[in-house]
Amino acid sequence: MRKERTEISQDDDRSPPADLRGTDSAESSNKTRNCSGVGSVSGSTGPSSMEFQAPCPDQVLENVLENVLQFLSSRRDRNAASLVCKSWLRVEALTRSDLYIGNCYSVSPRRAMNRFSGVRSVSIKGRPRFADFNLMPIDWGAHFAPWVTAMASAYPWLEKVYLKRMSITDDDLALLAESFPSFKELVIVCCDGFSTSGLALIASDCRQLKVLDLIESEVTDDDVDWIACFPESGATCLESLIFDCVECPINFDALESLVARSPSLKKLRLNCYVSIGQLCRLIVRAPQLTHLGTGSYSSPDDIVPGEHASDLQSALASCKSLVCLSGFKEMLPDYLPAIYPVCANLTSLNFSYANIHADQIISVIFHCHKLQVFWVLDSIRDEGLQAVASTCKDLRELRVFPLDARGDTEGPVSDVGLQAISEGCRKLRSILYFCQHMTNEAVIAMSTNCPDLEVFRLCIITLHSPDHVTGKPMDEGFGAIVMNCKKLTRLAVSGLLTDRAFGYIGKYGKLLRTLSVAFAGDSDMGLKYVLEGCPRLQKLEIRDSPFGDAALHSGLHHYYNMRFLWMSSCRLSPKGCQEIVRALPRLVVEVIKDEVAECPDNTVNILYMYRSLEGPRNDAPKIVTILQ
Amino acid sequence: MERCMAFDKELNLEATELRLGLPGIKESEKQPFSTIKSNKRAFPNMDEKSCGSKDGSKASHAQKCNQEIASPAKAQVVGWPPVRSYRKNCFQAKTMESEATSAYLKVSMDGAPYLRKIDLKVYKGYPELLKALEDMFKFSVGDYSESEGYNNGSEFVATYEDKDGDWMLVGDVPWDMFISSCKRLRIMKGSEARGLGCAV
Repeated sequence: MRKERTEISQDDDRSPPADLRGTDSAESSNKTRNCSGVGSVSGSTGPSSMEFQAPCPDQVLENVLENVLQFLSSRRDRNAASLVCKSWLRVEALTRSDLYIGNCYSVSPRRAMNRFSGVRSVSIKGRPRFADFNLMPIDWGAHFAPWVTAMASAYPWLEKVYLKRMSITDDDLALLAESFPSFKELVIVCCDGFSTSGLALIASDCRQLKVLDLIESEVTDDDVDWIACFPESGATCLESLIFDCVECPINFDALESLVARSPSLKKLRLNCYVSIGQLCRLIVRAPQLTHLGTGSYSSPDDIVPGEHASDLQSALASCKSLVCLSGFKEMLPDYLPAIYPVCANLTSLNFSYANIHADQIISVIFHCHKLQVFWVLDSIRDEGLQAVASTCKDLRELRVFPLDARGDTEGPVSDVGLQAISEGCRKLRSILYFCQHMTNEAVIAMSTNCPDLEVFRLCIITLHSPDHVTGKPMDEGFGAIVMNCKKLTRLAVSGLLTDRAFGYIGKYGKLLRTLSVAFAGDSDMGLKYVLEGCPRLQKLEIRDSPFGDAALHSGLHHYYNMRFLWMSSCRLSPKGCQEIVRALPRLVVEVIKDEVAECPDNTVNILYMYRSLEGPRNDAPKIVTILQ
Repeated sequence: MERCMAFDKELNLEATELRLGLPGIKESEKQPFSTIKSNKRAFPNMDEKSCGSKDGSKASHAQKCNQEIASPAKAQVVGWPPVRSYRKNCFQAKTMESEATSAYLKVSMDGAPYLRKIDLKVYKGYPELLKALEDMFKFSVGDYSESEGYNNGSEFVATYEDKDGDWMLVGDVPWDMFISSCKRLRIMKGSEARGLGCAV
């Protein structure tokens, strides 16, 4: 029905009757979005349509506004524009095509869809990040169901869905597959609740599917051959197929046939059920690939170890456009040299699942001069990081993950590696670094050598670990980071930290949006410094730190500006949390008890609070108490 | 950071003291900080230098230092380090295989919406395993006999996929052989299981 109206308005250049004006401007905004030039409201040449459209100056202004606002793509700009006046609010709402919901409980689907009627792309985020680390009950919430149900009627022209930390069921996927004929992109990150049956429906029913990306999500094995459910004949539109997290065997012949029929396929990330021999066959079918996830990168049936190596090497060499490599889940070192030829062009390499020796990693790194993004395990050791520092001058993002998450061992990476990286990789923007110990000196060095840092996440695994050379707290290091890195928006702190560190963060962290704190601080002052000093703070997650009710209250002026606050195993009392509810009625304050650990009655185990237009949600499990 | 410096200068020991107890608890009643979560690990790597130095806040830190070094248990802290279980499992699975400390297998049942996982090494024999499956999925297998498999008294039959990819009836082979060759379990409807006779 919506389509009909568009067609009619395209034919009809006259100004619509007053009572339909609202609807028609929705249609004309669809048209302006489809037109490349400014000013062609109805598809015909500009001036003549403007004449017909202009009995009323307000209407002219709104049309002009629509044409201008369609160029605004940043949601922050659009949010600002929508605050100018009601007219701008209305027009912005009509022209917004990408809807971003940072917290699925902050607004109801109905409210969002009533305001934004022309949306083609929806992004929804659910659980807070600490849920990834088993700190939250499994059935806490963040269900996709109410969203997809509402979108099915509100956005029939929906093309893209991005979901992060949501619970998705097969029924949700079924509804998605049948409701949106133009559906093109599905990206699912850190979600769970669905199975291969759901994937099968997406594969078979979304005929225009370009992107199916399943990233770090839990997919139940329903024994359904979902790969074979893609339409069997004719070329597909597929540009990206990422399923490395799907831990189910796949029908390789169906996959090979699919890849052969997908001339636009640029990104392919396989799961660990694809062997090297099979990988070769796939690559040969898709030399146009830019992003490749290699699957297991092993060959269990080799009679002679590495017998496929030359095949693999020539297959990889045929991919002239390859810029991103990942996978290597069960890597056989015999096959490592096969990737050397492609390393020269790589801008992104994810070795974080490859359990290989430092010297093997180094042998690869020496070929990677253009590397900008590098994820690796700490088995790379400080020597390996030194090799990265001397070779990868363009590095923007580095992540070093712990192989042995239990810690308490003599760490393979340390301040030595961090110092080397800071000296060699001056363009670094983002770093995530797990280690056992650190020194202030290395962190200070990074703060001065890498002025472009936007994300600094240092995780010193040993709890309350001081500078292991001087014995002092890590205050000065983190202080230098907030002081010197003027572009810093995300910070994660660890190690032995006193309130002084938080004083620095409050004083200098003016652009900080996300802050993670664990096992740090001395007193309420620490949290107060942050809440009073960081005006841009949106997401604050704190665990096991001695911050209590007084600290919590010091943020009352700011909580409506934040997406959420998480505090677990701190020193909050139910009374203190209750006072927040009283003071800020538009906050939803959830208190979660821990069933396992014994928790004294006068402390709050987990506090998770967020602003919301909807009040307390009605889908919370029993273990969650929403204070009122 | 003037405020911070002034604060320090006052050396307000009680206010800056790193107490491990809950608010309002006196010195004598001190409990470990994490009564809420499992015990923190001891800190054997703690430098001597970090304990007992001049600064007031460090003195109290020394107190804490000693207390925690005293606790011997190296218990894990939940959710620490902050690595997603997806990533942890990738490597734990490998160490588990080599250590052979457990063997988690998927169990599915026809008609049930979710798969389950069980650790075969926990059971000592078929009767225990079957009982556990019955409890988990709320059904009964009936009695096993070599010639007929499970008698017709029950609707469901326990089967497993072995290393060769074949589906076998649970109970045919000796227990030790079973746990080393079983890759996954499936509880299927009795009617479908006909034809899964004794292993050939």
